Amino acid sequence: MKKHTIAVLVNDQPGVLQRVSGLFGRRGFNIESITVGTSEEAGLSRMVIVTSGDDRLLEQVTKQLYKLIDVIKVIDLSARPMVGRELALIKVNAEPAARPEILGVVETFRAAVVDIGTNTLMVQVVGDTEKIDAMVELMQPYGIRELSRTGVTAMIRGNAG
Amino acid sequence: MVAQNATLRSKEELMEKMSKPEVITGSEMLLRSLVLEGVDCVFGYPGGAVLFIYDAMHGFSDFHHLLTRHEQGAIHAADGYARASGKVGVCIATSGPGATNLVTGIATAYMDSVPLVVITGNVATNFIGTDAFQEADITGITMPITKHSYLVRSVEDLPRIIHEAFHIAGTGRKGPVLIDIPKDVSSHKALFKPVNEVSIRGYNPTVTAKKPQVDKMLKAIEEAERPVILAGGGVVYSGGHEELFEFVTKAGIPITTTLLGLGAFPSGHDLWVGMPGMHGTYTANKAIQGADLLINIGARFDDRVTMKLDGFAPKAKIVHIDIDPAEIGKNVPTAIPIVGDIKTVLQQANKAVKFAAKADVWRAQVAEWKQEKPLSYVDSNVELKPQWVIEMIHETTKGEAIVTTDVGQHQMWAAQYYRFNQPRSWITSGGLGTMGFGFPSAIGAQMAHPDRLVVSINGDGGMQMCAQELAVCAINNIPVKVAIINNQVLGMVRQWQEIIHNNRFSHIDLAGSPDFVKLSEAYGVKAFRAANKEEARDAWIAAMNHPGPAVVEFVVRRDENVYPMVTAGSTIDEMLMGDAE
Ligand SMILES: Cc1ncc(C[n+]2csc(CCOP(=O)(O)OP(=O)(O)O)c2C)c(N)n1
Repeated sequence: MKKHTIAVLVNDQPGVLQRVSGLFGRRGFNIESITVGTSEEAGLSRMVIVTSGDDRLLEQVTKQLYKLIDVIKVIDLSARPMVGRELALIKVNAEPAARPEILGVVETFRAAVVDIGTNTLMVQVVGDTEKIDAMVELMQPYGIRELSRTGVTAMIRGNAG
Repeated sequence: MVAQNATLRSKEELMEKMSKPEVITGSEMLLRSLVLEGVDCVFGYPGGAVLFIYDAMHGFSDFHHLLTRHEQGAIHAADGYARASGKVGVCIATSGPGATNLVTGIATAYMDSVPLVVITGNVATNFIGTDAFQEADITGITMPITKHSYLVRSVEDLPRIIHEAFHIAGTGRKGPVLIDIPKDVSSHKALFKPVNEVSIRGYNPTVTAKKPQVDKMLKAIEEAERPVILAGGGVVYSGGHEELFEFVTKAGIPITTTLLGLGAFPSGHDLWVGMPGMHGTYTANKAIQGADLLINIGARFDDRVTMKLDGFAPKAKIVHIDIDPAEIGKNVPTAIPIVGDIKTVLQQANKAVKFAAKADVWRAQVAEWKQEKPLSYVDSNVELKPQWVIEMIHETTKGEAIVTTDVGQHQMWAAQYYRFNQPRSWITSGGLGTMGFGFPSAIGAQMAHPDRLVVSINGDGGMQMCAQELAVCAINNIPVKVAIINNQVLGMVRQWQEIIHNNRFSHIDLAGSPDFVKLSEAYGVKAFRAANKEEARDAWIAAMNHPGPAVVEFVVRRDENVYPMVTAGSTIDEMLMGDAE
């Protein structure tokens, strides 16, 4: 099973997220992550969806998406060189004694501490999915209290788009 | 025919009156817009959330409105109207229960690509989301079964939305579009200016096919030794039946038509081999399995056609022509995809198509199968056989009726034994297989064609799902002729329980059904019962000669089965042939 990252440009209409996500559920396509936000054009939103499956599945996903009236454009980002980024906030147990170690990891990952509690730290990390996964793994031994990931947003590099 | 309505205004008068810019309510905008879209008949049922719309309809005579007895009746009637006329069907229901009663009908139309504009009322905008009385999120509920939907938020948007809805419903791959109108939107006033253009970014159905793809198909035809055409409902919907005839006869390729494609090609023609699939003909199924080239024209490779997918048309190179690109490759890998409107694509192809010269042996083989194993059943002079009833109806109507059916055995027998020679004369729920569809869809078909003979063939089970619409026929004198094939059971379920579940008959007995003659008469509809051939023919002819609606109940043998039959997990050439083998 291959991972695919697709960008879907949609009319910014109420219900459009429901239409897109509903289509995935109904047709048996899985969604690993979905992010939505405004795009470069007023009135249009860009969704970035990570899904997995073979090429035939990707073709069906694309065609079915195009059937939605509010879908303007579907782009298979993973077919070309792309930049994919995700943000995660990790609230980790951090007794004073453990802090230097945690800060060491944060620094190595070029992450940031964005909040300090009496015995917790909130770490913000940005990067591709693998990097976030690695960071989460490294934080695990200290005890993760809360974890929130945004899902991937992505773009094609340079002029290739 | 419709007694309660005055004659409609002339088109020019209407257009002038309706397109005048004026400050009016949302409800009036709706009615005017419908007239401007060319609507002449609407099916509906009022309620609180559409009170303003119905108020605007008081004394309105610029289109017919038929009050059905159930919203399901209204939407199936609108569906029948659309399938028979080729126009967009329209129905109206109130919010909440009225809207949810439409769901089955919307799904039915969606599965069969039938253009509908479905108008529902909703609670006022400021009540939406509060679980107000009779509130239901009908756009949410119907999202998977509509081509598109709108929740109208402001009266100013209404004219544009209605125009877009008709455009979306009736173009590309057709389908139902829902417009949900909150009560305040239908009561508020604004300046009405008719909308004549649409521009919907992201919606641009491909009509003309890419030439290289068409050329590839033409080359494949020249090279094929065993070509077969599989034609579906898309041919009918595109209006491409004449182009299909030209294509098939020029190429000399045997053709099978799916359930929804019946009538797209004349059944009497030498090259026609019947319907394929689960209850398809021996010839159609053998031909598909033996083919080296299968040209699918506007069919969607439904599993009732393909049966076991990985043994379907195993030797064939597949060409698939469809207006909906998502259909191509969805179920069956396609060698030559052709996206476009069927009529247009066939016009493109007809310019250069050549006779499939290498297929002589194959044509002879197909003709031989057809000769050897036609559809057949064991007739009886004691009991009435359902197949005989269908043949009798075919013969007495000279094959010229518009036939609607419900779902079950009678549907398959009608598909097999009524011979269709014209498109839009066969109306049946193929994709969803909706019981209750048959009779109300006939009302719609009759509204579309007041001067044609409309025959509705139903089972005793399905007839009881929308029998209340007999009132609509009676009160409006809609002269539909209803045949009820009464086998006293849920026949198709009985057949599966016999064949697949070893005669374990579970909850299929319809004892306690009403006396259909008395039921019809109670509604004021003429009715007959027949239990043998002579009675059957006499009753049917009397019904046809009766100027108004009429019902004939045919009491038939209980345990007759539909053959051929392909059971689940088999390939389509593994057919059970039944007694008549
Ligand atoms: C709304 C609905 N419910 C259930 C079914 C399942 N079903 C398919 S055929 C059938 C039996 C139909 O019986 P009847 O109307 O008497 O017709 P017959 O098969 O006897 O001709 C049933 C229950 C269906 N198709 N639609």
